[in-house]
Amino acid sequence: MSVKQISVFLENKPGALKKMTGVLAGHEIDMRALSMVETRDFGIARIIVDDPISAVNVLKEADFVSNLNSVLVVEIPDEPGGLDKLINIFADAEVNIEYMYAVSGHKSTKSACMIFRVADTKAAEARLVSKGLKILTQDDVMKI
Amino acid sequence: MFAMDLSATVLCCTPSYAAYLGERMKELGYGPDDIPLKAGIFGAEAWSEEMRKDIEKTLGIKAFDIYGLTELSGPGVAFECSAQSGMHINEDHFIAEIIDPDTEEVLPEGSVGELVFTAVDKEAFPMIRYRTKDICKLTREKCSCGRTHIKMAKPMGRSDDMLIIRGVNVFPSQIETVLMNNGYAANYQIIVDRVNNTDTFDVQVEMTPEMFTDNIGEIEARQRKLSDDLKAMLGIKAKVSLLAPKSIARSEGKAVRVVDKRKI
Repeated sequence: MSVKQISVFLENKPGALKKMTGVLAGHEIDMRALSMVETRDFGIARIIVDDPISAVNVLKEADFVSNLNSVLVVEIPDEPGGLDKLINIFADAEVNIEYMYAVSGHKSTKSACMIFRVADTKAAEARLVSKGLKILTQDDVMKI
Repeated sequence: MFAMDLSATVLCCTPSYAAYLGERMKELGYGPDDIPLKAGIFGAEAWSEEMRKDIEKTLGIKAFDIYGLTELSGPGVAFECSAQSGMHINEDHFIAEIIDPDTEEVLPEGSVGELVFTAVDKEAFPMIRYRTKDICKLTREKCSCGRTHIKMAKPMGRSDDMLIIRGVNVFPSQIETVLMNNGYAANYQIIVDRVNNTDTFDVQVEMTPEMFTDNIGEIEARQRKLSDDLKAMLGIKAKVSLLAPKSIARSEGKAVRVVDKRKI
Protein backbone atom coordinates (compact mmCIF):
# COMPACT_ATOMS: atom_id res chain seq x y z
CA MET A 1 0.00 0.00 0.00
CA SER A 2 1.51 3.27 -1.04
CA VAL A 3 1.31 6.44 0.99
CA LYS A 4 -0.01 9.81 -0.25
CA GLN A 5 2.53 12.57 -0.53
CA ILE A 6 1.72 16.21 -1.33
CA SER A 7 4.11 18.16 -3.55
CA VAL A 8 3.78 21.93 -3.19
CA PHE A 9 5.22 24.51 -5.60
CA LEU A 10 7.11 27.24 -3.77
CA GLU A 11 8.90 30.30 -5.05
CA ASN A 12 12.51 30.45 -3.96
CA LYS A 13 12.17 33.60 -1.87
CA PRO A 14 11.97 34.57 1.78
CA GLY A 15 8.57 33.88 3.31
CA ALA A 16 7.37 31.34 0.73
CA LEU A 17 7.83 28.35 3.04
CA LYS A 18 6.47 30.29 6.02
CA LYS A 19 3.23 30.88 4.15
CA MET A 20 2.83 27.13 3.58
CA THR A 21 3.68 26.08 7.14
CA GLY A 22 1.34 28.82 8.38
CA VAL A 23 -1.59 27.41 6.39
CA LEU A 24 -0.93 23.87 7.63
CA ALA A 25 -0.54 25.04 11.23
CA GLY A 26 -3.73 27.11 10.99
CA HIS A 27 -5.68 23.99 10.03
CA GLU A 28 -3.94 21.77 12.59
CA ILE A 29 -2.49 19.50 9.95
CA ASP A 30 0.21 17.27 11.32
CA MET A 31 3.29 16.69 9.16
CA ARG A 32 4.99 13.32 9.37
CA ALA A 33 7.71 13.94 6.83
CA LEU A 34 9.09 16.87 4.86
CA SER A 35 11.62 17.14 2.08
CA MET A 36 12.60 20.21 0.08
CA VAL A 37 14.16 20.38 -3.36
CA GLU A 38 15.12 23.61 -4.97
CA THR A 39 16.31 25.13 -8.22
CA ARG A 40 17.58 28.66 -8.63
CA ASP A 41 14.15 30.26 -8.63
CA PHE A 42 11.63 27.75 -7.38
CA GLY A 43 11.35 24.75 -5.15
CA ILE A 44 9.05 21.88 -4.31
CA ALA A 45 8.12 20.94 -0.74
CA ARG A 46 7.16 17.29 -0.43
CA ILE A 47 5.17 16.49 2.65
CA ILE A 48 3.38 13.55 4.21
CA VAL A 49 0.56 14.57 6.53
CA ASP A 50 -2.12 12.98 8.68
CA ASP A 51 -4.96 14.18 6.44
CA PRO A 52 -3.77 14.58 2.83
CA ILE A 53 -7.14 15.44 1.29
CA SER A 54 -7.84 18.30 3.72
CA ALA A 55 -4.26 19.50 3.34
CA VAL A 56 -4.58 19.72 -0.45
CA ASN A 57 -7.86 21.60 -0.09
CA VAL A 58 -6.62 24.16 2.40
CA LEU A 59 -3.47 24.72 0.35
CA LYS A 60 -5.57 25.30 -2.75
CA GLU A 61 -7.74 27.82 -0.89
CA ALA A 62 -4.55 29.64 0.07
CA ASP A 63 -3.54 29.83 -3.65
CA PHE A 64 -0.88 27.14 -3.57
CA VAL A 65 -0.35 24.83 -6.51
CA SER A 66 0.13 21.29 -5.26
CA ASN A 67 -0.49 17.72 -6.30
CA LEU A 68 -1.09 14.44 -4.61
CA ASN A 69 1.12 11.51 -5.55
CA SER A 70 2.09 8.09 -4.24
CA VAL A 71 5.30 7.13 -2.51
CA LEU A 72 6.55 3.92 -0.96
CA VAL A 73 7.44 4.08 2.74
CA VAL A 74 9.63 1.44 4.33
CA GLU A 75 10.70 1.14 7.95
CA ILE A 76 14.31 0.24 8.61
CA PRO A 77 16.29 -0.32 11.81
CA ASP A 78 18.07 2.91 12.77
CA GLU A 79 21.54 1.35 12.88
CA PRO A 80 24.66 1.13 10.69
CA GLY A 81 23.95 -0.84 7.50
CA GLY A 82 20.17 -0.45 7.82
CA LEU A 83 19.80 1.56 4.63
CA ASP A 84 22.33 -0.53 2.76
CA LYS A 85 20.28 -3.69 3.27
CA LEU A 86 17.15 -1.94 2.07
CA ILE A 87 18.79 -0.47 -1.04
CA ASN A 88 20.12 -3.93 -1.87
CA ILE A 89 16.55 -5.15 -2.11
CA PHE A 90 15.69 -2.28 -4.49
CA ALA A 91 18.68 -3.20 -6.63
CA ASP A 92 17.72 -6.89 -6.63
CA ALA A 93 14.16 -6.03 -7.60
CA GLU A 94 15.50 -3.67 -10.31
CA VAL A 95 13.43 -0.78 -9.04
CA ASN A 96 14.75 2.62 -10.12
CA ILE A 97 14.45 5.34 -7.48
CA GLU A 98 13.46 8.77 -8.76
CA TYR A 99 14.16 10.38 -5.42
CA MET A 100 14.09 9.47 -1.75
CA TYR A 101 14.30 11.00 1.67
CA ALA A 102 14.52 9.87 5.25
CA VAL A 103 12.56 10.44 8.44
CA SER A 104 14.07 9.22 11.66
CA GLY A 105 11.64 7.51 13.99
CA HIS A 106 11.26 7.68 17.74
CA LYS A 107 14.25 6.74 19.85
CA SER A 108 12.14 4.09 21.58
CA THR A 109 11.37 2.17 18.38
CA LYS A 110 14.97 2.43 17.09
CA SER A 111 13.70 2.68 13.57
CA ALA A 112 13.71 5.16 10.69
CA CYS A 113 11.46 5.55 7.67
CA MET A 114 12.69 5.78 4.11
CA ILE A 115 10.39 7.37 1.57
CA PHE A 116 10.80 6.45 -2.08
CA ARG A 117 9.38 7.90 -5.26
CA VAL A 118 9.48 5.49 -8.20
CA ALA A 119 8.12 5.64 -11.74
CA ASP A 120 5.49 2.90 -11.40
CA THR A 121 4.50 2.64 -7.76
CA LYS A 122 2.27 -0.43 -8.08
CA ALA A 123 4.70 -2.51 -10.14
CA ALA A 124 7.61 -1.54 -7.89
CA GLU A 125 5.64 -2.40 -4.80
CA ALA A 126 4.77 -5.86 -6.14
CA ARG A 127 8.40 -6.60 -6.95
CA LEU A 128 9.67 -5.34 -3.58
CA VAL A 129 7.05 -7.33 -1.65
CA SER A 130 8.03 -10.47 -3.56
CA LYS A 131 11.57 -9.90 -2.24
CA GLY A 132 10.18 -9.96 1.27
CA LEU A 133 9.99 -6.22 1.95
CA LYS A 134 7.23 -4.72 4.10
CA ILE A 135 5.77 -1.53 2.65
CA LEU A 136 4.00 0.72 5.15
CA THR A 137 0.41 1.87 4.74
CA GLN A 138 -1.01 5.32 5.41
CA ASP A 139 -2.21 4.09 8.80
CA ASP A 140 1.21 2.65 9.67
CA VAL A 141 2.83 5.97 8.87
CA MET A 142 0.44 7.82 11.17
CA LYS A 143 1.47 5.54 14.03
CA ILE A 144 5.16 6.30 13.71
CA MET B 1 40.26 41.96 -32.54
CA PHE B 2 38.76 42.26 -35.94
CA ALA B 3 38.61 46.08 -35.84
CA MET B 4 42.39 46.19 -35.33
CA ASP B 5 43.15 43.67 -38.08
CA LEU B 6 41.11 45.62 -40.61
CA SER B 7 42.13 49.06 -39.32
CA ALA B 8 38.47 49.98 -38.99
CA THR B 9 37.89 53.62 -38.13
CA VAL B 10 34.09 53.68 -37.69
CA LEU B 11 31.91 51.34 -35.67
CA CYS B 12 28.15 50.98 -36.31
CA CYS B 13 26.07 49.01 -33.82
CA THR B 14 23.74 49.38 -30.85
CA PRO B 15 25.10 51.52 -28.00
CA SER B 16 24.89 48.57 -25.61
CA TYR B 17 27.03 46.47 -27.93
CA ALA B 18 29.59 49.30 -28.15
CA ALA B 19 29.65 49.44 -24.33
CA TYR B 20 30.15 45.68 -24.26
CA LEU B 21 33.06 45.93 -26.72
CA GLY B 22 34.59 48.59 -24.50
CA GLU B 23 34.36 46.31 -21.49
CA ARG B 24 35.89 43.38 -23.38
CA MET B 25 38.74 45.61 -24.55
CA LYS B 26 39.49 46.58 -20.97
CA GLU B 27 39.43 42.93 -19.93
CA LEU B 28 41.87 42.04 -22.70
CA GLY B 29 44.14 44.86 -21.62
CA TYR B 30 43.59 47.21 -24.58
CA GLY B 31 43.20 50.95 -24.15
CA PRO B 32 41.53 53.50 -26.45
CA ASP B 33 44.87 54.25 -28.15
CA ASP B 34 45.37 50.64 -29.19
CA ILE B 35 42.51 50.63 -31.70
CA PRO B 36 42.19 52.65 -34.90
CA LEU B 37 38.52 53.61 -34.31
CA LYS B 38 37.74 57.32 -34.59
CA ALA B 39 33.97 57.47 -34.49
CA GLY B 40 30.90 55.38 -33.74
CA ILE B 41 27.35 55.52 -35.06
CA PHE B 42 24.99 54.00 -32.54
CA GLY B 43 21.25 53.52 -32.69
CA ALA B 44 18.28 51.14 -32.59
CA GLU B 45 17.79 51.59 -28.85
CA ALA B 46 17.56 54.33 -26.25
CA TRP B 47 20.80 55.48 -24.65
CA SER B 48 21.79 58.28 -22.31
CA GLU B 49 24.38 61.07 -22.36
CA GLU B 50 26.20 59.24 -19.56
CA MET B 51 26.42 56.16 -21.74
CA ARG B 52 27.75 58.27 -24.61
CA LYS B 53 30.50 59.69 -22.40
CA ASP B 54 31.34 56.23 -21.15
CA ILE B 55 31.61 54.77 -24.67
CA GLU B 56 33.63 57.74 -25.92
CA LYS B 57 36.08 57.32 -23.06
CA THR B 58 36.57 53.55 -23.23
CA LEU B 59 36.79 53.35 -27.03
CA GLY B 60 38.52 56.73 -27.54
CA ILE B 61 36.00 57.82 -30.19
CA LYS B 62 33.27 60.37 -30.86
CA ALA B 63 29.89 58.65 -30.50
CA PHE B 64 26.95 59.78 -32.64
CA ASP B 65 23.27 58.93 -32.43
CA ILE B 66 21.33 57.74 -35.47
CA TYR B 67 17.60 57.34 -35.97
CA GLY B 68 15.74 55.38 -38.56
CA LEU B 69 12.89 53.00 -39.09
CA THR B 70 12.58 50.10 -41.47
CA GLU B 71 9.38 51.41 -43.03
CA LEU B 72 11.06 54.62 -44.18
CA SER B 73 14.59 53.76 -45.18
CA GLY B 74 16.05 51.87 -42.28
CA PRO B 75 18.98 53.82 -40.85
CA GLY B 76 19.55 57.28 -42.29
CA VAL B 77 16.37 59.15 -41.40
CA ALA B 78 18.15 61.41 -38.93
CA PHE B 79 21.72 61.66 -37.75
CA GLU B 80 23.74 63.69 -35.30
CA CYS B 81 26.29 66.26 -36.39
CA SER B 82 29.51 67.34 -34.69
CA ALA B 83 27.46 69.40 -32.21
CA GLN B 84 26.04 66.16 -30.72
CA SER B 85 22.92 67.98 -29.62
CA GLY B 86 20.07 66.30 -31.48
CA MET B 87 19.68 64.57 -34.84
CA HIS B 88 19.28 66.45 -38.11
CA ILE B 89 16.43 64.95 -40.10
CA ASN B 90 17.22 64.48 -43.79
CA GLU B 91 14.48 66.86 -44.86
CA ASP B 92 15.28 66.55 -48.54
CA HIS B 93 13.82 63.03 -48.23
CA PHE B 94 11.41 63.20 -45.29
CA ILE B 95 8.90 65.74 -43.96
CA ALA B 96 8.69 65.49 -40.18
CA GLU B 97 5.76 66.59 -38.01
CA ILE B 98 4.82 66.22 -34.36
CA ILE B 99 1.21 65.32 -33.58
CA ASP B 100 -0.88 64.76 -30.50
CA PRO B 101 -1.21 60.94 -30.48
CA ASP B 102 -4.80 61.14 -29.19
CA THR B 103 -6.31 63.94 -31.30
CA GLU B 104 -3.89 63.48 -34.26
CA GLU B 105 -3.62 67.30 -34.47
CA VAL B 106 -0.30 68.71 -35.66
CA LEU B 107 1.46 70.46 -32.77
CA PRO B 108 3.61 73.62 -32.98
CA GLU B 109 7.41 73.42 -33.11
CA GLY B 110 9.00 72.53 -29.81
CA SER B 111 6.01 70.50 -28.55
CA VAL B 112 6.41 66.97 -27.29
CA GLY B 113 4.29 64.50 -29.25
CA GLU B 114 4.34 61.63 -31.72
CA LEU B 115 6.74 61.87 -34.62
CA VAL B 116 5.12 61.52 -38.05
CA PHE B 117 6.95 61.20 -41.38
CA THR B 118 6.05 61.69 -45.00
CA ALA B 119 8.54 60.29 -47.49
CA VAL B 120 9.12 62.73 -50.36
CA ASP B 121 10.93 60.54 -52.85
CA LYS B 122 9.90 56.98 -52.10
CA GLU B 123 8.13 55.46 -55.10
CA ALA B 124 7.27 51.79 -54.68
CA PHE B 125 6.39 52.12 -50.98
CA PRO B 126 5.01 55.57 -50.38
CA MET B 127 4.58 56.83 -46.82
CA ILE B 128 2.26 59.71 -46.08
CA ARG B 129 2.05 60.98 -42.53
CA TYR B 130 3.32 57.68 -41.20
CA ARG B 131 3.01 57.44 -37.43
CA THR B 132 6.25 56.24 -35.83
CA LYS B 133 4.69 55.92 -32.35
CA ASP B 134 7.92 57.48 -31.07
CA ILE B 135 7.38 60.38 -28.70
CA CYS B 136 9.84 63.23 -29.21
CA LYS B 137 10.37 66.94 -29.94
CA LEU B 138 11.43 68.85 -33.09
CA THR B 139 13.32 72.15 -33.14
CA ARG B 140 14.34 74.34 -36.06
CA GLU B 141 17.13 76.62 -35.02
CA LYS B 142 20.43 77.17 -36.74
CA CYS B 143 22.87 74.55 -35.56
CA SER B 144 26.48 75.36 -34.65
CA CYS B 145 27.52 72.94 -37.42
CA GLY B 146 25.93 75.27 -39.97
CA ARG B 147 23.07 73.02 -41.05
CA THR B 148 19.51 74.32 -41.07
CA HIS B 149 17.78 70.94 -41.22
CA ILE B 150 15.21 70.41 -38.48
CA LYS B 151 16.56 68.62 -35.44
CA MET B 152 14.85 65.87 -33.46
CA ALA B 153 15.58 65.10 -29.82
CA LYS B 154 16.17 61.53 -28.69
CA PRO B 155 12.82 59.69 -28.61
CA MET B 156 11.51 59.81 -25.03
CA GLY B 157 9.08 56.92 -25.22
CA ARG B 158 6.37 55.24 -27.25
CA SER B 159 2.71 55.97 -27.78
CA ASP B 160 2.00 52.21 -28.00
CA ASP B 161 3.20 49.34 -25.81
CA MET B 162 6.18 48.37 -27.94
CA LEU B 163 9.41 47.81 -26.02
CA ILE B 164 12.88 48.06 -27.45
CA ILE B 165 15.04 45.49 -25.73
CA ARG B 166 18.68 45.13 -26.79
CA GLY B 167 17.78 46.96 -29.97
CA VAL B 168 14.95 44.55 -30.83
CA ASN B 169 11.30 45.59 -31.07
CA VAL B 170 9.14 43.54 -28.71
CA PHE B 171 5.36 43.67 -28.35
CA PRO B 172 3.82 42.20 -25.18
CA SER B 173 1.20 40.50 -27.38
CA GLN B 174 3.94 38.34 -28.96
CA ILE B 175 4.96 37.14 -25.51
CA GLU B 176 1.35 36.43 -24.65
CA THR B 177 0.97 34.25 -27.76
CA VAL B 178 3.99 32.15 -26.80
CA LEU B 179 2.73 31.73 -23.23
CA MET B 180 -0.71 30.60 -24.38
CA ASN B 181 0.81 28.17 -26.90
CA ASN B 182 2.83 26.64 -24.06
CA GLY B 183 -0.20 26.19 -21.83
CA TYR B 184 0.60 28.96 -19.37
CA ALA B 185 -1.99 31.38 -18.04
CA ALA B 186 -2.27 34.79 -19.65
CA ASN B 187 -1.34 36.45 -16.40
CA TYR B 188 2.28 37.43 -16.85
CA GLN B 189 4.64 40.31 -16.30
CA ILE B 190 7.60 41.50 -18.32
CA ILE B 191 10.40 43.07 -16.31
CA VAL B 192 12.98 45.05 -18.27
CA ASP B 193 16.02 46.57 -16.62
CA ARG B 194 19.49 47.67 -17.61
CA VAL B 195 22.47 46.17 -15.80
CA ASN B 196 26.02 47.11 -16.86
CA ASN B 197 24.72 48.80 -20.01
CA THR B 198 22.89 45.66 -21.16
CA ASP B 199 19.14 45.21 -21.08
CA THR B 200 17.84 42.39 -18.93
CA PHE B 201 14.57 40.81 -19.99
CA ASP B 202 12.59 38.69 -17.53
CA VAL B 203 9.27 37.09 -18.28
CA GLN B 204 7.43 36.08 -15.13
CA VAL B 205 4.58 33.59 -15.31
CA GLU B 206 2.48 32.01 -12.64
CA MET B 207 2.56 28.29 -12.00
CA THR B 208 -0.79 26.62 -12.69
CA PRO B 209 -2.14 23.27 -11.45
CA GLU B 210 -2.05 22.03 -15.06
CA MET B 211 1.65 22.89 -15.47
CA PHE B 212 2.78 21.60 -12.09
CA THR B 213 4.31 18.19 -11.56
CA ASP B 214 6.30 16.62 -8.75
CA ASN B 215 9.17 16.15 -11.21
CA ILE B 216 11.56 19.09 -11.05
CA GLY B 217 13.33 18.09 -14.27
CA GLU B 218 10.06 18.20 -16.16
CA ILE B 219 9.22 21.69 -14.83
CA GLU B 220 12.67 22.94 -15.80
CA ALA B 221 12.38 21.39 -19.26
CA ARG B 222 9.11 23.30 -19.77
CA GLN B 223 10.78 26.46 -18.53
CA ARG B 224 13.56 25.96 -21.11
CA LYS B 225 11.07 25.27 -23.89
CA LEU B 226 9.24 28.50 -23.06
CA SER B 227 12.52 30.39 -23.15
CA ASP B 228 13.43 28.80 -26.51
CA ASP B 229 10.01 29.59 -27.98
CA LEU B 230 10.29 33.22 -26.84
CA LYS B 231 13.71 33.43 -28.50
CA ALA B 232 12.29 31.98 -31.72
CA MET B 233 9.41 34.49 -31.68
CA LEU B 234 11.29 37.61 -30.59
CA GLY B 235 14.88 36.99 -31.62
CA ILE B 236 16.21 37.74 -28.15
CA LYS B 237 16.67 35.59 -25.08
CA ALA B 238 14.42 36.03 -22.07
CA LYS B 239 14.84 34.72 -18.57
CA VAL B 240 11.70 32.83 -17.59
CA SER B 241 10.72 32.82 -13.92
CA LEU B 242 7.92 30.74 -12.45
CA LEU B 243 6.02 32.44 -9.67
CA ALA B 244 3.47 31.26 -7.15
CA PRO B 245 -0.19 31.52 -8.25
CA LYS B 246 -1.79 34.95 -7.80
CA SER B 247 1.56 36.56 -7.02
CA ILE B 248 1.35 38.84 -10.05
CA ALA B 249 -0.86 41.76 -9.09
CA ARG B 250 -4.28 41.78 -10.71
CA SER B 251 -5.09 45.35 -11.46
CA GLU B 252 -8.65 46.57 -11.56
CA GLY B 253 -8.44 48.27 -14.91
CA LYS B 254 -5.69 47.69 -17.42
CA ALA B 255 -3.29 44.98 -16.30
CA VAL B 256 0.29 46.06 -15.74
CA ARG B 257 2.09 43.74 -18.11
CA VAL B 258 5.32 45.65 -18.47
CA VAL B 259 7.59 46.95 -15.74
CA ASP B 260 10.40 48.93 -17.35
CA LYS B 261 12.99 49.78 -14.71
CA ARG B 262 15.55 51.17 -17.16
CA LYS B 263 16.76 54.62 -16.30
CA ILE B 264 17.99 56.12 -19.54
